[in-house]
Amino acid sequence: MSFLVLYGEEYEEIKRILLQLKEETNSRIALIVEKNGQPIAFIGEVDGVDTTSLGSLVAGNVAATEGLARLLGEQGFSLIFDEGERENLHMTLIASKFILAVLFDKKTSLGLVRLRAKNAANRLEKVFKRLEEKMEQDKEKMGEGESPFEDISEEDIENLFK
Amino acid sequence: MALLNPRQKELICKIVYYGPGLGGKTTNLKYIFEHTSPMSRGELVTLNTQGDRTLYFDVLPLNLGTIKGYKIRFQLYTVPGQVFYSESRKIILRGVDGVVFVADSQQERMDANIESLEDLQENLRQYDYSFANLPYVLQLNKRDLPNIVPAEEMKKILVLKGEPVVEAVAIRGIGVMETLKEVSKLVLLKLKKEMK
Ligand SMILES: Nc1nc2c(ncn2[C@@H]2O[C@H](COP(=O)(O)OP(=O)(O)OP(=O)(O)O)[C@@H](O)[C@H]2O)c(=O)[nH]1
Ligand SMILES: [Mg+2]
Repeated sequence: MSFLVLYGEEYEEIKRILLQLKEETNSRIALIVEKNGQPIAFIGEVDGVDTTSLGSLVAGNVAATEGLARLLGEQGFSLIFDEGERENLHMTLIASKFILAVLFDKKTSLGLVRLRAKNAANRLEKVFKRLEEKMEQDKEKMGEGESPFEDISEEDIENLFK
Repeated sequence: MALLNPRQKELICKIVYYGPGLGGKTTNLKYIFEHTSPMSRGELVTLNTQGDRTLYFDVLPLNLGTIKGYKIRFQLYTVPGQVFYSESRKIILRGVDGVVFVADSQQERMDANIESLEDLQENLRQYDYSFANLPYVLQLNKRDLPNIVPAEEMKKILVLKGEPVVEAVAIRGIGVMETLKEVSKLVLLKLKKEMK
């Protein structure tokens, strides 16, 4: 399958879990990105931050760290922690396919973020599993209705570049 | 892997610019960044060496516009072309929806083009991605230089499956948008087929 459908119901649930995580930990941003860099959902103070680029960099960072682990013969890891001057980024892998990242500052502690992120990751894993099952079930129709691209034409695409 | 979000009404695709070192991949992204309104693109992030060579990747989020009420968003990546950054290229290629191969038209770079093309195919094989089904465009870049191979001759060597070919001078923007348009077309038409 070369695409993933984020069904409305699951998408809302993902956002709810992110919001709860963000509030429980008093952090700035909670986000999920697919391991290949595709942005899934963002919650938090995103003004002035290019969240899509942030997602790509988070994914790049995780991929590089995994590469390092492979090179060094490690089994891999489930968490990275970057201690910056003011901002910290906490990352958790979900089902080896998605990355949950939490950006936080001195208002909160790593211990709390770690604990809550782990909990959120477990819940998110179930949601993503459900997504996959749903996609399996209705390969035919696209979530909330018909496939949006069924009658897209070359002309529609040309028009994007006008 | 493209991402379809019916609630947000958006489609997000991943495009990778591939090719030999110094071929002009980053230049393509820079041109697109500089010639689209800030409303329709994000930051251009470049992870470079001191000499401005791509070290890991560049990425540019782009909003192309809407089709059937859906926002079409592309994430444009470049890989580092230098031979020894093979691991990074492999990582960036993961989950790709479409590839632009930026070939360097200079005579002395023909071997580098061929080597990079083989590297691309090898990396795709490792992920079990089918090159035959991959939305793919060939760009012949640096057509402004004096010591270049004629386009027809380059096509004979580099065209692999009847893909669209665009002649370009990326530093002046010639052919850059056309290349993006061609690959967009292939990516979207392929998704249309798969989503039926
Ligand atoms: N004459 C000419 N020079 C170009 C053209 N496109 C790019 N260049 C120059 O070629 C050099 C390399 O371009 P980049 O875009 O950095 O090449 P790259 O493919 O990203 O290289 P790596 O990051 O090492 O893989 C720069 O000095 C560009 O200005 C072109 O169409 N004509
Ligand atoms: Mg580059």
